[in-house]
Amino acid sequence: MTMEPRRFDRLGETLYEAVLPNGLRLAVVPKPQFASCYAVFAADYGGAHRSFTVNGQRCDTPAGVAHYLEHKMFDMPGGDSAMDLLCANGADPNAFTSSSMTAYYFVCTEKFEENLRLLLHFVSTPYFTEETVQKERGIIAQEILMGEDDPGIRHYYELLRMLYARHPVRDQVAGTVESIEAITPETLYTCHRAFYSPGNMALCVEGPVDPERVLAIAAEVLGAEPGAAPAVDFGEEESLLPVESFRLLEMPVSAPQFIIGAKFRPEKSGKALLRQRLVSQLALRALLGASSPFYTELYARGLLNRDYSYEAEYAAGVGTVLVGGETSDPQAVLAALNEAVAGVRAGGLDEKRFERARRASYGSRLRAFEDFESVCLSAAAGLFRGYCAMEAPELLAGITKTECEAFLCETLAPERLAMAVMQAGKE
Amino acid sequence: MQVKRSEIMPGVWLSYLHSDKFKTACLSLSLLTQLKRETAALNALIPFVLRRGTTLYGDMESLAARMDELYGTVIEPVVRRVGEIQCLGFYASLPEEAFLPAGTEVLQPACELLSQLLLSPATRGGLLLPQYVDSEREKLVERIRSRVNDKISYALIRCLEEMCCYEDFAVSRFGGEEEAASIYYTKLTRQYRRLLQSSPVEIFYCGRAGEGELREALREALATLPRGELDFDIGTDVRMNAVEAEPRFVEEHMDVTQGKLVMGFRLGECMEEPNLAALTVFNSVYGGGTKSKLFANVREKLQLCYYAGSMVDTHKGLLLVNAGIDPENYEQAKDEILAQLAAVARGEISDEELQAARATVASDLRALQDSQGELEGFTLSQTLDGLDYGPMELAELCELVTREELAAIARGVECDMIYFLSGPEEEEEDEDDDGTEEI
Repeated sequence: MTMEPRRFDRLGETLYEAVLPNGLRLAVVPKPQFASCYAVFAADYGGAHRSFTVNGQRCDTPAGVAHYLEHKMFDMPGGDSAMDLLCANGADPNAFTSSSMTAYYFVCTEKFEENLRLLLHFVSTPYFTEETVQKERGIIAQEILMGEDDPGIRHYYELLRMLYARHPVRDQVAGTVESIEAITPETLYTCHRAFYSPGNMALCVEGPVDPERVLAIAAEVLGAEPGAAPAVDFGEEESLLPVESFRLLEMPVSAPQFIIGAKFRPEKSGKALLRQRLVSQLALRALLGASSPFYTELYARGLLNRDYSYEAEYAAGVGTVLVGGETSDPQAVLAALNEAVAGVRAGGLDEKRFERARRASYGSRLRAFEDFESVCLSAAAGLFRGYCAMEAPELLAGITKTECEAFLCETLAPERLAMAVMQAGKE
Repeated sequence: MQVKRSEIMPGVWLSYLHSDKFKTACLSLSLLTQLKRETAALNALIPFVLRRGTTLYGDMESLAARMDELYGTVIEPVVRRVGEIQCLGFYASLPEEAFLPAGTEVLQPACELLSQLLLSPATRGGLLLPQYVDSEREKLVERIRSRVNDKISYALIRCLEEMCCYEDFAVSRFGGEEEAASIYYTKLTRQYRRLLQSSPVEIFYCGRAGEGELREALREALATLPRGELDFDIGTDVRMNAVEAEPRFVEEHMDVTQGKLVMGFRLGECMEEPNLAALTVFNSVYGGGTKSKLFANVREKLQLCYYAGSMVDTHKGLLLVNAGIDPENYEQAKDEILAQLAAVARGEISDEELQAARATVASDLRALQDSQGELEGFTLSQTLDGLDYGPMELAELCELVTREELAAIARGVECDMIYFLSGPEEEEEDEDDDGTEEI
């Protein structure tokens, strides 16, 4: 079996892709001029994957298992820590768990093949004991508490709770101090068996590497069996209206912070999903970006500053638009957003502005290619959902103004918006 | 890859790094000045006010529209401090023309835009516009206040402020809140003119443009830069010893569930002739990463904290240790942090620890060449220290660092300040209620 090269001439990149007989999806972007290699081995499994059926058996797990599992995967049979072994090789390893993905990765400049073998080996070799699992509970509890002290994290989850009535994305990925009490070695083994089989994983590598070697090592280290195919249940589809449209939170922050959110239904997978991602991002840039009247006017009025961002998030089968920043008058920001959307509804997006936004979007995608981590994580997300993230810059040219207007008018309709404001409590 | 440094105009230096492996080019320009309490906020405000509008692009919308037209070229204000030198200016990231439709020009127009921002601000009667100054001043005050939002970095800043209370280093890169709040547009205009005339200028470029082509574009862009008597008397004052015989202690209370402990040290003797490679490896062994003594012992073995790490400031000669702890574990965590430093001083560094630290920092330095942003920061830092070697050379030096060099550094280190941020203070009303405190 060999890797199929695909050239992206305009970007000057070549992508090698393959699916191994065991189902592992593989993407490699060779970069001979660079010193560092980045490799990520990711599972299509995150904090939101709590209820699932595998081999005919239904499992309902407590919040925080995916994250707990991530912490414990670094323990190897025999007492070694994969973290230590990779560090000793000069690699910089780490891992994260989001609501839709668990990713183990490293960056290194030497001994790439050895490091890759280690990565593939430790992530596919579960080893948990009562003692080690118990020992981790305190560390994870501290991490959860630290998140509770973090205004940004608290604020984000409060908003998700206002938007979603039931969907598990509303819960903290790490779970709560209470929910992780119920996690045992058995829970971890069950979830590892269900979600960490090659068929449910992706390996993405960028750097001065030979794609054929990556393929050969993956085939050698991982078993031939595709393993389980879990069916995840995120619960009944929710309405697109928020549960609650306004909430005021108190935390010790220097200036009031706002997040405005709205739900939308993402396409299931494939090119349609990639296109929707591009449409949503370009639409938001045209309406709310750095050169938009919305942002520049509020900035000039002193109602927004540089601590401002917007995005369309796709996770675990749901889509969420988030617009956030710092302001002394959150209601004025919300009113300006409603007005901007009403303007699109009445007369569409300005043609010139839209074309400028398209150019800027192309430039920022080009910039994202500098970052191996961003390239590999986007590639992995694409492999899990059946699209090729590298096609984005080419596809961007064909996105129409009408598509973007439709996305904005529908998603950001006044009744769809929720706003969470965080400010310091009264002394 | 070798940085070529040259003076392209009086007091204007270009560090040029040719590279064709990136998809964007990086161009930064910094005015250098001494960090002082009286002027830090004024200086910090300047690039933000300049970024509001120029004679040609009068407001943010037209500036941003111009950048969009240049395929998402980004030019943003940057204010930082390297030791006690304040560096303010702009950082630009521009898409390489090779990836844009044939015939698209970006470098030349981006240099023109940079020139507009630096030298042709929107003014009335020769003064910076009061509405821009007022609006950016408010944002600067907010930015200074917002340091309280991230408790980990807040604790670090507070420790430095307390530790260096007799030194300019206590001033943050954005200056103090009070100084910022009193800024007025006439005063700011005067300071802006003064800086343009007297500040040495450092420019960094990494990308595909030829050196000649770039110099030409920059000389044209900076043709009207006024150059008066240049202020070369800038630098960092290194204090070798702790201020008092015993470490000073400051505790503050805020609404946090996890305590933040920060310990500040003077690096001491090793700053006589700082060995950057040894200091880098020292930090890695002691508290720089997941193989470090602090991580392995304070966090993993004793489980006294969620995070524990160290950092060194090689310009100012400081070592900082920070840890997130349960307030109950305060004494134990503090003792263990000091015990681990003492272990380094005794040379108790295993072969594995030494090897892992050397390999990690060498690898990080080699990887640094893959990021333009990091190359830019590294080059500025080296330039200000008068060092001319690049990351590759430093990586090689790090691989040769010995155990004894690390122990020698640790032996000279003195703890100067212990700062602890903990949860709300216990109410002490009970004592009054039972009347025992009555006089």
